[in-house]
Amino acid sequence: MNEMVKMVVVLTVLASVAGGVLAAVNQGTATQIEAQQLQFVKGPAINKLMEGASNNPIDDRFKLTQGDVERSFFVGNFDGKTNTVAFEAFGKGYGGDIGVMVAFNVATDKLKGAAVTIHSETPGLGANAKEKPDLVAQFAGLPVSDAVNVTKDGGQINAISGATITSRAVCNAVSKTMKIYQELKPQLQQEMQKFGK
Amino acid sequence: MAKTIVQEFTKGLWQELPPFRLVLGLCPVLGVTTTMENGLGMGIATTFVLFGSNLLVSLLKNIIPQKVRIACFIIIIASFVTIVELLMQAYAYPLYLKLGVFIPLIVVNCIVLGRAEAFAYKNGLSHSMADGLGIGIGFTLSLGALGAVREILGAGSVTVWGDMSYNMASAFPSFQPFSFMVQAPGAFICLGLMLCLINVIGD
Repeated sequence: MNEMVKMVVVLTVLASVAGGVLAAVNQGTATQIEAQQLQFVKGPAINKLMEGASNNPIDDRFKLTQGDVERSFFVGNFDGKTNTVAFEAFGKGYGGDIGVMVAFNVATDKLKGAAVTIHSETPGLGANAKEKPDLVAQFAGLPVSDAVNVTKDGGQINAISGATITSRAVCNAVSKTMKIYQELKPQLQQEMQKFGK
Repeated sequence: MAKTIVQEFTKGLWQELPPFRLVLGLCPVLGVTTTMENGLGMGIATTFVLFGSNLLVSLLKNIIPQKVRIACFIIIIASFVTIVELLMQAYAYPLYLKLGVFIPLIVVNCIVLGRAEAFAYKNGLSHSMADGLGIGIGFTLSLGALGAVREILGAGSVTVWGDMSYNMASAFPSFQPFSFMVQAPGAFICLGLMLCLINVIGD
């Protein structure tokens, strides 16, 4: 009986202390983690897409909820006009989800560009979607339409050789952003006006 | 106790070198060693967990009842793994992105539980700390070495840490990266060859 009580007490105390320590560490690192995510995951892609913007697109961001998904939108000022908005969507790649940040010019309804944020594709093959500009550069200047596809599927995008699944996933993600853009355009324009100067 | 603290520390570096001599904990060894930096990062995270869990298990060995010891070890190990995961997200985010699911999987790494059960639960505090540190550093060096070999052959370059890198193309312009080596089957072949080499040296 005594041993039984001891086992329960030791396990309970140990688990409670562990829980308390973890909660403290979690709280202590939360803000730092959020800052790191903005800096390392979305930051580089946004800075590449919004190169030459007169504002800081990472600071000028807003959130919109569509259905039950909340998305972050990043606003860019070019030539004195608040005309560019970027956001992220995901496609299913060879090694998991691929995040693609896509920037839209609201005035012309054209894609300003696309950049891969996160991926877990094969180094040397699919990873080139992020490392090399060949694939994503093809999206710049495309008009907003229903979908983009790789040439193998009858579309206009040349896939990375040896990485068709990755290329399809990127196209898929871009298609998703175009769909979201078309659905949310009125709200986007409304929100973006708040950042105009 | 027959062995000195120094001996407990150094045995992890050769005699009981985890992946190559004990052939334990192979899941992260095969999974993350696509680059040297990944291997070293994984090794350092595992070392932290090993050191922390050995220290606590050794401290608490008289309090932890025999019958629930495994459950207690798992609580201690899982807590350290979560701390490592959070710290890595906060201060080494790019590395965290590359290692991904392998960080939480340190919980089920048999080296960590093995050292707690077979060593720290039976030995004193200083010996357990030396043991955890030695095994951890041995693990880190093994992963780094395997990662370096795979990265050099598979990608043609090697990144030690951050910006410290060396590109093969400068010395051997005709070198063609052998991308098979950075994929999963390459990991098995590379590990097998290194095991063979280490056994030959060891004998």
